[in-house]
Amino acid sequence: MTQKHDITLDINGKKYEITVEPRRTLVDVIRDQCGQTGTHAGCHHGVCGACTILLDDEPVRACLMFGIQADGKKIRTVEGLADGDKLHPLQQAFTDHHALQCGYCTPGFLMLAVGILEKDPDISHDDLISALSSNLCRCTGYANIITAVKAAAEQMRAG
Amino acid sequence: MASKTKVILGERLRRLEDPPLITGQGRFADDINFPHQLHMRIVRSPYAHAEIKSINTGRASKIPGVVAIWTYDDIQNLGPIDFRADKSAEELKAFRQFCLAKSRVRYVGDPVAAIFAEDPYIAEDAADLIELDVNQLPVISDADQEPGEFDEGLGSEAALLTHTFGDVSSVWESAYLVVDVDLRTGRHSGVPLETRGAIGVHNKATDTLELYGAAKIPHRNRDTLVRMLSRPPARIHLHEGHTGGGFGIRGELYPEDVLVLVAAERLGRPVKWIEDRQEHMMAANQGRNQHHLARMAFDQDGQILAMADEFWHDQGGYVRTHGANVPNRTMCMLTGAYKIPAFQAKCHFRLTNKTPAATYRAPGRFESTFVRERIMDIAAEKLGIDRVEIRRRNLVGVDDMPFKIRFDEPGLETLVFDSGDYESLLDKALVHFKWDELQAELNDRRAGGELVGCGLGVFVEESGKGPVDGARITVDTNGDVEVLTGGASLGQGFETTMAQITAAALGADYSKITVIHGQTDRIPYGIGAHAARATVMTGSAVNITALKVREKALDVAAELLQTTADRLNIENSEVFISDNRNGPSVSLAEISERLAPGSKHLGGREPNLSAEGFHNTKESAFPYGIHFAVAKVDAETGHINVERFMVAYDVGRAVNHMLLEGQLVGGCVQGVGGALFEEFSYSEAGEPLAVTLADYLLPSMDCAPAVECLVTEDAPSPTNELGIKGGGEGGINGVGAAIAGAIDDAIGQVGAVTELPVTPQRMREILNRAG
Repeated sequence: MTQKHDITLDINGKKYEITVEPRRTLVDVIRDQCGQTGTHAGCHHGVCGACTILLDDEPVRACLMFGIQADGKKIRTVEGLADGDKLHPLQQAFTDHHALQCGYCTPGFLMLAVGILEKDPDISHDDLISALSSNLCRCTGYANIITAVKAAAEQMRAG
Repeated sequence: MASKTKVILGERLRRLEDPPLITGQGRFADDINFPHQLHMRIVRSPYAHAEIKSINTGRASKIPGVVAIWTYDDIQNLGPIDFRADKSAEELKAFRQFCLAKSRVRYVGDPVAAIFAEDPYIAEDAADLIELDVNQLPVISDADQEPGEFDEGLGSEAALLTHTFGDVSSVWESAYLVVDVDLRTGRHSGVPLETRGAIGVHNKATDTLELYGAAKIPHRNRDTLVRMLSRPPARIHLHEGHTGGGFGIRGELYPEDVLVLVAAERLGRPVKWIEDRQEHMMAANQGRNQHHLARMAFDQDGQILAMADEFWHDQGGYVRTHGANVPNRTMCMLTGAYKIPAFQAKCHFRLTNKTPAATYRAPGRFESTFVRERIMDIAAEKLGIDRVEIRRRNLVGVDDMPFKIRFDEPGLETLVFDSGDYESLLDKALVHFKWDELQAELNDRRAGGELVGCGLGVFVEESGKGPVDGARITVDTNGDVEVLTGGASLGQGFETTMAQITAAALGADYSKITVIHGQTDRIPYGIGAHAARATVMTGSAVNITALKVREKALDVAAELLQTTADRLNIENSEVFISDNRNGPSVSLAEISERLAPGSKHLGGREPNLSAEGFHNTKESAFPYGIHFAVAKVDAETGHINVERFMVAYDVGRAVNHMLLEGQLVGGCVQGVGGALFEEFSYSEAGEPLAVTLADYLLPSMDCAPAVECLVTEDAPSPTNELGIKGGGEGGINGVGAAIAGAIDDAIGQVGAVTELPVTPQRMREILNRAG
């Protein structure tokens, strides 16, 4: 359990060559061993979705995987969303529409929404609500998150 | 995002807080690390009530990487977690919690040992090997059962509290109608998405203890730590970073906060503790859990003659930092927005073997509004008076303001409702919600077989309780403005709010303002962010201070522009002659330079473009509101769908409507959780049954109603210069009351809802009872 293994994580295009215990969760490895603390652990249990990242472009809960399972896979986190100073349309929409208060769930919601909209840019309202309902926010009451994601979707469709 | 126009209060300015939070650059508790740090893991009691016979740490201490293991014996010189307002709580002192259990454990989750290790995974491994040997004791599972024993010779009823005015006893016999209710509110909590965290550091060079991960009330907690650790205030500092939600429960002083500080000093290394979710659900403050037997007397026209309430407050295992604040708030706000001639409330403040309770957003008010408004619905039905009309007849009138509620008991604070036009808000809200049209529509739908109905809850909130807060504002030679406060940011938009007030008062460029909060080493005082105080208290202090800086800037500018200060204005950090906008001007940066220490332009002035100011008040500001709900019941599953919800709320004056609505909507959805889903339930043996977010159900997006807001500014508060009243709790206060009313209406059975949350199981029971 505590015997360590060498792995390489590709996070936002940067390679991290690290040595991990097999039991370390992916969220812990991303945060503690790669220093990317934008991804948050809210429940360690796969329920709240604060730790949502994109793994090979699929939204996944980083608390439900071990770091070692992500060896060689392409990971995207909130730190990689903006293009230099230019915010991703979803980031911009979240601040424009007051879709965050404490900001703790925000990275997870952003990555979930990126994953949803990249796969299905024309997603219907009901399907969007259904998909976004997999993450929890305790501050906003959600309405502004819905508004922001829809505004960003429009922006992304327009290119 | 430089603002190119004058900033005004009320404007929907985008938040200053957002850039780091949307790019993953936040600094939450778990993002803070120090070289050579240790990790603390708390071993918690698996028993609800037991006497500790022994704690064997032998096996755990042999794990490589474990540096120390402490039990109570190792911290014998450390007193229990103290009350914030310790004078009023003298009789409750015996019920305080030690940082590690002394001789008994009193809830599942009670800390019994602390492990310090090189790595959090190792600390958790070691925790599994701690052997706790106990004699189990009888479990007190509810506050309304026979009182038990807190300690040898000490009963579980910590206090019998009362609030009284007028004579209720003569009313019951003669009244036209007396309504009796038996109501319960479930055990809820704030459940912020970030769990708690604390990092203790001992700076040996200065012999200063530093606590990171602080929130809500860093200065007040500093003061408590000063007492507990016998250190001067200059040698303990608390630091607030980003905080992932507060809601009243985060940022109180807990055992873990004290332990990391004591350990950092004693072990000579920084000590980090991050709570996991399961711990959070059994260790962080809970609330709301009350059982009320209440009654109200009415005359034939629906005028309230008297109200009485005896209730049992389930405090859990210990009395924490607030003392008996929550039951006291429950009692003093029970009468709400109504004029009631005689009143008697009695609270059995009882310890049980559950996680300790304290304040959760709108503490005592969510509960008391549920009780009072349930009775109003039943009285309306029994008297054949419309639900809205009976409320209207009893409202405190605009001519009654300021409206005083004086309690007979010596020492109890008199409430002074500072301002308000409750009936006007009711009228506006009815129109906005289209109440009359709605009744016809719902009648049609019910005729078509749907179980759908509407309800409302009227309430008064409390905010801005003093006594004082202050601020320091400095404009540097680059024109950057630092607003230094002792406030706290829990996600509510504190920085934006303070910057907006500063920009409006001083005329400074909003984008050049930095707001400091939660740093006890930067400013010696601070009221923090609790009980909707921040915008009223700190905001007022910031306004006063910004106006002082403005005065100083205008004084210098008048000299430079060869005019008098009263002819000058400031916008976007430029001082100009009011009737000559495009004429000569001088920037705040230039003025700051002329006021630099040693500057030959100082004249007789104090150096620096800065000021310190205070807002003092003896009075609270009382906002008021009405909640409206439309709910549909699924008879088969018991599921309740809240189709519509409206929060009508008067805040006196809004600083930023976008943030205010954010508070109202967010609070409302939390209230929906408390009304329908959320509950910390326990087995008979006192085992917590909701220790994950899969058991304790927070509202998710698909079950959160789209909340409409009607914000009015009809009754500015006379307690402060800007007229502000607090906005943090108005979204949640009446949610339980309004949804209960809507469910009753949907099933055509007034008074059917007697307990929150109305889970699908409870809804099914209600329907089955109704046949």
